[in-house]
Amino acid sequence: MRVYLDNNATTPLHPDVIKAITDFLPYYGNPSSLHETGRDAKEKLYSSINSISEFFGCPREDMIITSCASESNNIILKSFMNKKYDFRPHIIISAIEHPAILETAKYLESNGFDLSLAPVNEDGVVEIETIKNLIKKETVLISVMWVNNEIGTVQPVEEIGRLAKEKNIFFHVDAVQAAGSIPISFKDLPFDSASISAHKMYAPKGIGLLYVKNFAKRKKELTPLIHGGHQEGGFRAGTENTIGIAAFGAACSALSKEMEKNHAQEEKIRDHFEDRVQKEIPHIIINGKNSKRKVSTSNITFKYIEGESILLRLDLHGISVSTGSACSTGSLDPSHVIMALSDDKERAHGSIRFSFGRENTMADADYTVDKLKETVAFLRSISPLYKGE
Amino acid sequence: MDTNWAYNENVKKHFMTPKNMLAGAPEDYHADGEGSVGSPACGDMMMVLIKVKDGRIADFKWKTFGCASAIASTSALSELVLENGGMKLDDAYRVTPEQIIAYLGGLPANKIHCSVLGDKALQAAIDDYYKKNNLTNPIKKAESPIVCQCLNVSEEDIRMEVLEGATNWETLQERTKIGTVCGKCQENAKQIQANFVKRYYSEKTYNPDKEA
Repeated sequence: MRVYLDNNATTPLHPDVIKAITDFLPYYGNPSSLHETGRDAKEKLYSSINSISEFFGCPREDMIITSCASESNNIILKSFMNKKYDFRPHIIISAIEHPAILETAKYLESNGFDLSLAPVNEDGVVEIETIKNLIKKETVLISVMWVNNEIGTVQPVEEIGRLAKEKNIFFHVDAVQAAGSIPISFKDLPFDSASISAHKMYAPKGIGLLYVKNFAKRKKELTPLIHGGHQEGGFRAGTENTIGIAAFGAACSALSKEMEKNHAQEEKIRDHFEDRVQKEIPHIIINGKNSKRKVSTSNITFKYIEGESILLRLDLHGISVSTGSACSTGSLDPSHVIMALSDDKERAHGSIRFSFGRENTMADADYTVDKLKETVAFLRSISPLYKGE
Repeated sequence: MDTNWAYNENVKKHFMTPKNMLAGAPEDYHADGEGSVGSPACGDMMMVLIKVKDGRIADFKWKTFGCASAIASTSALSELVLENGGMKLDDAYRVTPEQIIAYLGGLPANKIHCSVLGDKALQAAIDDYYKKNNLTNPIKKAESPIVCQCLNVSEEDIRMEVLEGATNWETLQERTKIGTVCGKCQENAKQIQANFVKRYYSEKTYNPDKEA
């Protein structure tokens, strides 16, 4: 039995996406070409782009198609490096950002920026007051993720956005984990920009989105990462990833129809899973449980044992999960997210993320709990830290 | 070694079906010697319990908190020590991380630091046995040449730090403060560190059996 519970890492292709890719394959033309082969490809992409635009509630002219959310995040942050300042610019990001923001912000810091990492409370949420207190007159950018990838906690991005607007500070949102889970209408949200990755929503890797509010006006404030072509309004050069766009469009159309149903099903499965784990496995912590979470994410610390050994034993039972333990990466530093909400290395080392998706069933959850019970009991029986019930 | 799983088949076997682990509470085992090393904050901790008979390790039990390679390497160590009627205490005291890694058929280079703990826990257990019986350990801890005279950092200290992941000079200095007083040893120390880094990390998998 194979049970894939790592949907926050990436998702399987939606059947509609597979069909869209297959259907698009003969359209090899370059959409920039004037001839019929090129025009056919371009024509075929229109409806895909429209589906993306509709799904995210943003006008085509405010969308920049990129290769991934990391690229989108890099464009925004690095644009701030290319501006001239007569003061030391200050940026605020949350302490639990994805490395695509965290590392890029640190790169800005190494280039002279003043960087503040906004701490989170013990429930894994950045409080609006925290952001308020960090704002200085030199603050030029705030970047906070909508949904945390490791523990699924939903951040108060709308409140932060309104605050940023009031203070006239640019506000960027890494919306990767929200896409396909929370209904989004960018034009109605107080975000200046946001990034999306298609492979977290049943489309393939290699295609992403950057949304910039009033892009036409803002364009001169931003700097492209890739120069050399007229694509995406001359802002993001490179021949379009046509198959990727077709796939992304198909994922958007499919999800616009079934997101609600998926959401309900994932919540039911996740709740059943957590109920059983709580009842049947002692000494656990459900990370972020007290805050609003993405319904498909469950991050649990199993005390007295280490995450990589749980992950690998589950893997040999056909179950795919991920861990915040350092041992999985070979470094000595465990998950910065679990550390941010607890400052407890043991809690981070023993954490496992289960992220459900549209293909998961109740039977998957039950099978996983059964194997998990066995695995946790065995690893505890050989752990010098575990002293019994 | 080339498997698409995280570790080789032998590591997988020791991880999934480890040998000689202690199932119950350490108190109930009545060990002749007991040693623990590591800490939960670092992600690895090992406890070794031994019974000694006629100068040999007659029984070896362990508990490990840690990743798959930490569990597999303690299991491998237990087999290594109990082979052929049990190792003599002085041989057991001299078991090196290299022997454990070779017994497992190699470990990923970034995982070496995990298995270094098994031999240390065993040494601690043997020391504990001698102490409990008012005996002196006949094996003097190997004298290792001092590299940093100011702060008394030896070649062995550098080797251990490299095994635990100090592969660049800044990390080594942060952990040992080596060369921060007079600084005269820096060049030599950097060379010694570089040699160890080359030895342990030049391949993705470190297997002492394949060393030239």
